[in-house]
Amino acid sequence: MVRLLEASPAQGLGLPLSVGGATLSEVVLGPVWSIAPFAGRAGALAEKLGVALPAPDRVVSADDVRLLWAGPGRALLVGGVPPDLSGLAAVVEQGDGIVAVALEGLAARDVLARLVPLDLRDVAFPEGATARTLLNHMSATLLRTGPQAYEVLGMRSMAGTLVREIGEAMRHVAGREEL
Amino acid sequence: MRVPGRGLTQDARLVPFTFDGKGHAGRDGDTLASALMGEGVRLVARSFKYHRPRGVLSAGSEEPNALVTVEGVPNTRATVQEIWDGMSARSQNAWPSLAIDAMGVNDLLDPFLGAGFYYKTFMWPRTLWERLYEPVIRRAAGLGRLSGHADDAPFEKAWAHCDLLVIGAGPAGLMAALVAARAGADVILADEGARMGGRLLAEVDPVEGRAPHLWADGVVAELREMPNVRLLPRTTVTGAYDGGTYGALERVGLHRAPVAHRPVECFWRIVAKRAVLAAGAIERPLAFPDNDRPGVMLAGSVRTYLNRWGVVPGPRIAVYGNNDDAHRTARDLAAAGLKVAALIDTRGEARIEEAGFPVMTGARVVGTRGRLGLAAVTVEGVGGRREFEVDGLAVSGGWSPAVHLTCHLGGKPAWDERLQAFLPREGAVPGLVACGAANGVFSTAGCLRDGLRAAGESLEALGLAVPPVEVPEAEGEAGTVGPFVLASGGRQFVDFQNDVTVKDIRLSAQEGFQSVEHMKRYTTLGMATDQGKTSNVPALAVLAEALGSPVASTGTTTFRPPYTPVSISAMGAGGQGVGFAPQRLTTSHQAALQRGAPMIEAGLWYRPSYFPRPGELSWRQACDREVAMVRHSVGVCDVSTLGKIDVQGPDAAAFLDFVYSNTMSTLPVGKVRYGLMLREDGFVMDDGTCARLGLQHYVVTTTTAAAAQVMRHLDFVAQVLRPDFDVQCVSVTEQWAQVSIAGPWSREMVQAVVEADLSDERLPYMGCAEAAVLGVPGRVFRISFSGERAYEIAVPARYGASLWRLLVAQAESLGGGAYGLEALNVLRIEKGFITHAEIHGRTTAFDIGMERMVAKGKDCVGWASSRRPGLLDENREQLVGLRPLVRTGQITAGAHLYGRDAAAMRENGQGYVTSACWSPTFETALGLGFLKGGRARHGEVVRLVDAMRAVETLVEVTEPVFLDPEGGRMRG
Repeated sequence: MVRLLEASPAQGLGLPLSVGGATLSEVVLGPVWSIAPFAGRAGALAEKLGVALPAPDRVVSADDVRLLWAGPGRALLVGGVPPDLSGLAAVVEQGDGIVAVALEGLAARDVLARLVPLDLRDVAFPEGATARTLLNHMSATLLRTGPQAYEVLGMRSMAGTLVREIGEAMRHVAGREEL
Repeated sequence: MRVPGRGLTQDARLVPFTFDGKGHAGRDGDTLASALMGEGVRLVARSFKYHRPRGVLSAGSEEPNALVTVEGVPNTRATVQEIWDGMSARSQNAWPSLAIDAMGVNDLLDPFLGAGFYYKTFMWPRTLWERLYEPVIRRAAGLGRLSGHADDAPFEKAWAHCDLLVIGAGPAGLMAALVAARAGADVILADEGARMGGRLLAEVDPVEGRAPHLWADGVVAELREMPNVRLLPRTTVTGAYDGGTYGALERVGLHRAPVAHRPVECFWRIVAKRAVLAAGAIERPLAFPDNDRPGVMLAGSVRTYLNRWGVVPGPRIAVYGNNDDAHRTARDLAAAGLKVAALIDTRGEARIEEAGFPVMTGARVVGTRGRLGLAAVTVEGVGGRREFEVDGLAVSGGWSPAVHLTCHLGGKPAWDERLQAFLPREGAVPGLVACGAANGVFSTAGCLRDGLRAAGESLEALGLAVPPVEVPEAEGEAGTVGPFVLASGGRQFVDFQNDVTVKDIRLSAQEGFQSVEHMKRYTTLGMATDQGKTSNVPALAVLAEALGSPVASTGTTTFRPPYTPVSISAMGAGGQGVGFAPQRLTTSHQAALQRGAPMIEAGLWYRPSYFPRPGELSWRQACDREVAMVRHSVGVCDVSTLGKIDVQGPDAAAFLDFVYSNTMSTLPVGKVRYGLMLREDGFVMDDGTCARLGLQHYVVTTTTAAAAQVMRHLDFVAQVLRPDFDVQCVSVTEQWAQVSIAGPWSREMVQAVVEADLSDERLPYMGCAEAAVLGVPGRVFRISFSGERAYEIAVPARYGASLWRLLVAQAESLGGGAYGLEALNVLRIEKGFITHAEIHGRTTAFDIGMERMVAKGKDCVGWASSRRPGLLDENREQLVGLRPLVRTGQITAGAHLYGRDAAAMRENGQGYVTSACWSPTFETALGLGFLKGGRARHGEVVRLVDAMRAVETLVEVTEPVFLDPEGGRMRG
């Protein structure tokens, strides 16, 4: 019996990578689904899901499942399969198109400052925050998952560029330490 | 010359370096300028135009003279570059050596090389311009030489955000930063220097009863410990931009030997809610004959070199100025045991205490001696002329506040008659307040108080309380400044870097270039890399005198970013090589590379061009074989790159009827339809297929390079044009890996991996179905871009690599295999299928023969505009096929079409070729193109001319379909 073999988005890109005060590793997100309620159905959707869609730039978590704000009237369900939402929302699988990496360590924020134009200070981007932003030239979703921990979600086809550019920023930040 | 017991780095370790190949040693913390001065080297450069011997003039980034090449990087200011072990520096603009420069002869030609001489010479004969004048000027122009190699040193860019950005860490800036930081604001303190302190590192007058640098060190130490403070030394804020954004260039690794991965420079973009400009002031020289010899320096800079680095240009120094500040230089030199030959003040009313050295008031320097280095100055005073033998002359024409950043958003500074300087206008940059010397406050005590004031204003705007702070005691005498005095005589330099003299400015006014903007361009004053920092105000004084009007009305030229030069490598950090753009790779990319396929860029995507087999010598051989494979056996091609958009909702059908020119609401579930999308101006935006997977569920495809544009368009329609539609669009381009299988054996190939029944009854041409592919949920579409029976299989992207390899192996066992973009293009041209080569943005549905695809019974984006008579004119260029009369005739894309006997001139143009290929199927070249009234001209012969590639061919105009016009091969 022939089967198709799976490949993860960052396979073969040299992760995990540790340089100086930062470590970059691939994150297996599990199922990822886009949920976009139809007109006037946001309330019924919240009831069916058991939780309202998150406010802009916010993440709602329960156990290992997260609901990320993904734009006006849209959320990304990460780590779980949604229940039957026919008639309530457009539900579209997105997980295969996403590469997810975790960037952790004392230098993580400095590394991101080389690539992301957002205000990353604690007051502006605390734990539990998310943002749709740019990582250099690529669209990306950024999450703050801990005091020194972030997750970056990018497009699968650009996984190579993502890992290369974050790796370069990690080396540049580490390069300054010797001065 | 080193002065024992002076300087803040006297105990630092020795650092060896070379200058023009000769070995020297300085101290750790020296700049190249201070190190050379300590070694007794005064001659460091030759000037741009006249190749006059030049030395160091200043101690900062405003330096116009001492430009050297350090480790291959030209125009590095010796006053900024710190020395490191083994550093190699070279002088510029001199051959064969600094001391003996052949081009020094230019100095004798000065009567002919004055301002604007390029507009008066090199004008005739005109024919000599390209052949002689331009190459000669190009070789002579410019200061410093590039290495000719690409710069592959590491550079970086970074963002920072804060409540308050303090620009400058002198007394005013340190005070402002300290107050704001203690109030709890997030503060970024940036200073150009390697060490923070500004003029506190250069003066001796005590602050809080201690040496001023100790106070500065104490403040910096406190700031360094605070978590809400980021210190950025060696960082020049280069520009003020909108929304509180500032650009800054940090010299990260330039003060050390290069090391892999350590950035040389970092270009910062800093977003600050408020900013304080404490950038200090720049001293300007006075103009007098031969005022540019090595050893002539700015008076404040002489203090910097003496007090901070413990060096002087020589043991005998005279001081010359029009203000009280210059007196401090004489005082500090005398206190250090050096000989002050004379203190010369232009103001007759100047009061100077008994000082132990000759003092002349109401006097002027009228000349200097010493070709390769200052030897003597001639002074004219009440008692007549006197000559003093000196090694250095400290000159001061007063101080100009560094207002540049306040003008970057279009603000003009205001002339202050008392200070003889321009002051910043309040509010010129929203959110930025100037203080200290940058605001015309010239005493240390005044600067400290002004820094506190600026912090207070900023904190109030930020909603923070000002903490209790004591302003330390410091000297409070700013002194006064007199007007500029202009001597008579030649070679009075104003702009040292571009060799512009007083005579040039007067000539400019005389010749009618009287506005300051005209004078600048005519004389090139202020246009060198120092951007006229030391020459700006003196030049205005000369121009004002020549015009007989006050300086206030003369105005000043516009200051634009960057404040100091920024290397392109820093601004473009990360963009070299593959960093230029993200690379989008398909899941079959590795497999394609392993088969030796060269890649083509389509948008950001990399797609294989062809798959060479052993023995194939050219791309054409591979391409011809791949075309034959698809026509006679089966071919496999990764088509994941085409945009795929999931459209769902109660109004999905109506929405698609609105964005497509044809009707999608009538498409049955399980069917696919080809569609056109128009722009609002009625021209074709994109073409693609639309598949209906459910009553309220469609999948739209787009051209690879137009995917993002179409997605944006759909978002715009849904959010702005028709928010009444209840519809959701989500990109699924990356979610699905999609492979095309085309050729007579395609059904067998697809059936081998899909369990469901894919017979022609169950899956006719232009049908679609959701089906398991080797156990994985997938989709099958029966569509063809080649004209052969064909299918596309979609699986979640994680299975894409595996599926492609499997299918290619199967295809090879059937005598087929993988095919790339070249073959894809030949196949579709043979079939007459269009791409963006034909719908290039200036063609309509009518032009491409698809006007029937614009449904009449419904509205759609672009419908109204597409009905404009001009877009329906029969004489418009219409899509046609082209076939050479002779089998060896060439057709090239981009060639133009003319009547058979018409001259190949623009006026006779009848059309152009958009796509061309060699067709192995028909063994002839084929082309698609546009021809005026083409649909009525089938059978006519026209002439194809490609002037760039020297191709001329007679071609027959045909239907734009060559293969199987009925479509029987596709439909099965």
